[in-house]
Amino acid sequence: MTLDSVKHAEQTPETELPWAELGLKENEYAQIREILGRRPTGAELAMYSVMWSEHCSYKSSKVHLKQFGDKAPASDAMLVGIGEQAGVVDVGQGYAVTFKVESHNHPSYVEPYQGAATGIGGIVRDIIAMGARPVAVMDPLRFGAADHPDTKRVLPGVVAGIGGYGNCLGLPNIGGEVVFDDCYQGNPLVNALCVGVMKHEDIHLAKAAGVGNKVILYGARTGGDGIGGASILASETFDSSKPSKRPAVQVGDPFQEKLLIECTLEAFAEDLVVGIQDLGAAGLSCATSELASNGTGGMRVELDDVPLRDSTLSPEEILMSESQERMCAVVEPGKVDKFLAICEKWDVIATVIGEVTDGDRLEIFWHGEQIVDVPPRTVAHDGPVYERPMARPEWLDALQADDASKLARAADGDELRGQVLKLVASPNQADKSWITSQYDRFVLGNTVLSQPEDSGMIRIDDETGLGVAISTDGNGRYAKLDPYQGAQLALAESYRNVAATGAKPLAITDCLNFPSPEDPAGMWQFAEACKGLADGCLELGTPVTGGNVSLYNQTGDAAIHPTPVVGVLGVIDDVARRTPMAFAEEGQLLYLLGDTREEFGGSAWSDVIHGHLGGQPPAVDLERERLLGEILISASRDGMIDAAHDLSDGGLIQAVVESCLKGGHGARLVLPDGLDATTFLFSESQGRAVVAVPRSEELRFTDMCGARGLPATRIGVVDGDAVELQGQFSLPLSELRSVWEATIPALFG
Amino acid sequence: MTTRIGVVTFPGSLDDRDALRAVKLAGAEPVSLWHRDKDLHQVDAVVLPGGFSYGDYLRAGAISRFSPVMETVIGQAKAGMPVLGICNGFQVLTESHLLPGAMLRNNHLHFICKDQKLRVENADTAWTADYESGQEIYIPLKNIDGRYTADERTLDELEAEGRVAFRYVDGNPNGSLRDIAGITNAAGNVVGLMPHPEHAVEPLIGTGRTDGLGFFTSILKRLVSA
Repeated sequence: MTLDSVKHAEQTPETELPWAELGLKENEYAQIREILGRRPTGAELAMYSVMWSEHCSYKSSKVHLKQFGDKAPASDAMLVGIGEQAGVVDVGQGYAVTFKVESHNHPSYVEPYQGAATGIGGIVRDIIAMGARPVAVMDPLRFGAADHPDTKRVLPGVVAGIGGYGNCLGLPNIGGEVVFDDCYQGNPLVNALCVGVMKHEDIHLAKAAGVGNKVILYGARTGGDGIGGASILASETFDSSKPSKRPAVQVGDPFQEKLLIECTLEAFAEDLVVGIQDLGAAGLSCATSELASNGTGGMRVELDDVPLRDSTLSPEEILMSESQERMCAVVEPGKVDKFLAICEKWDVIATVIGEVTDGDRLEIFWHGEQIVDVPPRTVAHDGPVYERPMARPEWLDALQADDASKLARAADGDELRGQVLKLVASPNQADKSWITSQYDRFVLGNTVLSQPEDSGMIRIDDETGLGVAISTDGNGRYAKLDPYQGAQLALAESYRNVAATGAKPLAITDCLNFPSPEDPAGMWQFAEACKGLADGCLELGTPVTGGNVSLYNQTGDAAIHPTPVVGVLGVIDDVARRTPMAFAEEGQLLYLLGDTREEFGGSAWSDVIHGHLGGQPPAVDLERERLLGEILISASRDGMIDAAHDLSDGGLIQAVVESCLKGGHGARLVLPDGLDATTFLFSESQGRAVVAVPRSEELRFTDMCGARGLPATRIGVVDGDAVELQGQFSLPLSELRSVWEATIPALFG
Repeated sequence: MTTRIGVVTFPGSLDDRDALRAVKLAGAEPVSLWHRDKDLHQVDAVVLPGGFSYGDYLRAGAISRFSPVMETVIGQAKAGMPVLGICNGFQVLTESHLLPGAMLRNNHLHFICKDQKLRVENADTAWTADYESGQEIYIPLKNIDGRYTADERTLDELEAEGRVAFRYVDGNPNGSLRDIAGITNAAGNVVGLMPHPEHAVEPLIGTGRTDGLGFFTSILKRLVSA
């Protein structure tokens, strides 16, 4: 069979290529022909098709994501913004932190273990590629109904995959989320966040500059895995003699990734690297075209030199393979030997596969013939951009009119007691330690806080105690009721969680999980959420550093709730000042900060007690969130509070129960004037937290709240071994603990 | 002269930095040792740290046991040099036959990470002298292949000679035979355990307890007075 070289393509202009099977639209294929002035070769088509896919090109989301840059708040903290592999934030003392959240939703549904595992692998490589040492990971996870048989297939696999990969890689898993909802039945959301630390001078960007510099591929050998929906290339069109079904999901090797981390960081430390890029989605197609596009444009690659796991791979397959644990570095010729020596030290295979040229074309050769000759920018950055039609869903008015505050409330203390038990034992509110105890949270010896605390906290300097805190949050139920507010509520909760531990929020990353962009309703939800998030970030002064978009999360007509997940990064000057969530001291006073209103729309109470979703989500007040954050941070710094817990899903009672169980002490609560018990216990009004104040600090603390205009209501005291609402009910901690801890192991253990 | 304690890094070692930090916090000089280097660089004792050396491929610890550095460590340990194997390091010690028995997959088949209560059964080893015999301590446990096993005769022998150094208390987390969490050799210089004392050395970090620091202060006192 004739190799489809550039020359061959020129001679056979009429040859039909499988552009539609590769997911390209007719207009997109025409655009490629126009760029090249001829038909593409098979290899070129392979590259364009993967790089112009929704996943790589953001063609449907780009016009909306633009706001994150346009509306970015002025921030001294941003060192590298959106567009690089991950954003970089200044955290002081010469340190910089890079962090990013990504999705691995679809692979995790097909093959839960490997899908989740390689999700961790991919995000970790993004962080190393910036020059940072990864220091922690987190996993926001969403599954279908907890008692659905398929959830029993997906959840244990995902959890084992995250543990199996992350534990072996040696990164502490310090938090995340586990949420169950019918809407994720056919589309679980498996997001992964990684945070890394470096000194300012160590920041590295992905570009190939300097004519004559060598392009080195290092890490695992390239195999036929992960060719994905594009596996058509392994079909008859190119060569009928090959196995046509290869796994669409990649297989991870965390041991190889651990070596890759150490060898990459050593190469950075020796100043051997001009540019670097990890190989994730779209593999070599992405790495070569992005490196060249970000540099001066010219690059020549000898594809025959790529180390293979399977010698029968075609050049198209090599370009599209998503084999894991590979990276690409651009190195000056004089430093190549030293780079290769470091790889050898760590038993990592490294091969020079090309060099930077003085032209402006990416040229790839196979068996001596040229098979790719493209302007790299057209592959990597100048893909199609769509302004998809949008329409506010027709069902939204009726949904919002179905007001949750009309739902029946408990008539007496006994009924309230029953509702509290039912709430804390519900899968979404129950103890998740059956899951999180499968992750190593101690490795690296810097974990100050980890799940179930409001945010994970990592010390980054042993001497000064400088640390960072991260929380990831999202609430698809809120976003379903109002995507603009839903995105802001995710931001608000994450911001609050970080502040509750005493850290100052600096910047955010986001993972936007949405249904099909080709459905105008889904596209409208996406656009609203982007707008809400961009407006919210502007108001809170926390820029978006980067993130990820995952569209097409729907099976047939069943779309997921729009689920923007926000990760907020904060800094704390001395981790010794952190505020934990546990009520650990008898006699301390409990204060509720913020205003409580009758807000039940999208709440856990409306879901668990009434199976209801409707009305408006809780009102957003970002100015209040900022004030609450400032109070929590000041109180932590000045030692005025011993514990704090943010109020979110489940309301006040959920937070009090969690803090009591963690601390091993009960609480006596008193209903404040003007509130009914249901509102007091279950409302999900925003901008609130519960804090434990030592009696000696009460006056100083309430004076501070008063002076700054934050409502602080004394609601009770840490006391005894039950959670009691005076005159209504008393729940022994032992009873609460047994129902709270039993749910998840009973479902999945 | 300062006491030098080496920590070996194998490919896939993960808790080597933590062990170096623990050595330093105890007041000794931490020395990084590399698996390919047979030279122990005049260290007075060696820690084999936790992690997944060689990805646990073949069997946990089975490949590391053949690395050049282990050739020297095995020789020196037999000559009396103190060696502590933590988690994967314990697995390397059993693979090296410096300690008897082996680790199987946890009986519940999951990786488990928790703060684990232990009883120090033998406070006379090089690494446990700062504890009281019978003292209960909390040390983080995190592994998937942590179920200690050996034949009955070996177990009886370990018990009879007081070589069960640590036992799980308040529930066996993985099905280890006779609740064994760690053991020592007859001379008391080679100790291995599955829990991670190097993760319990600072009040702010991890579980917030410092029950593990005693391992490192024990060895330091032993070496200084030697």
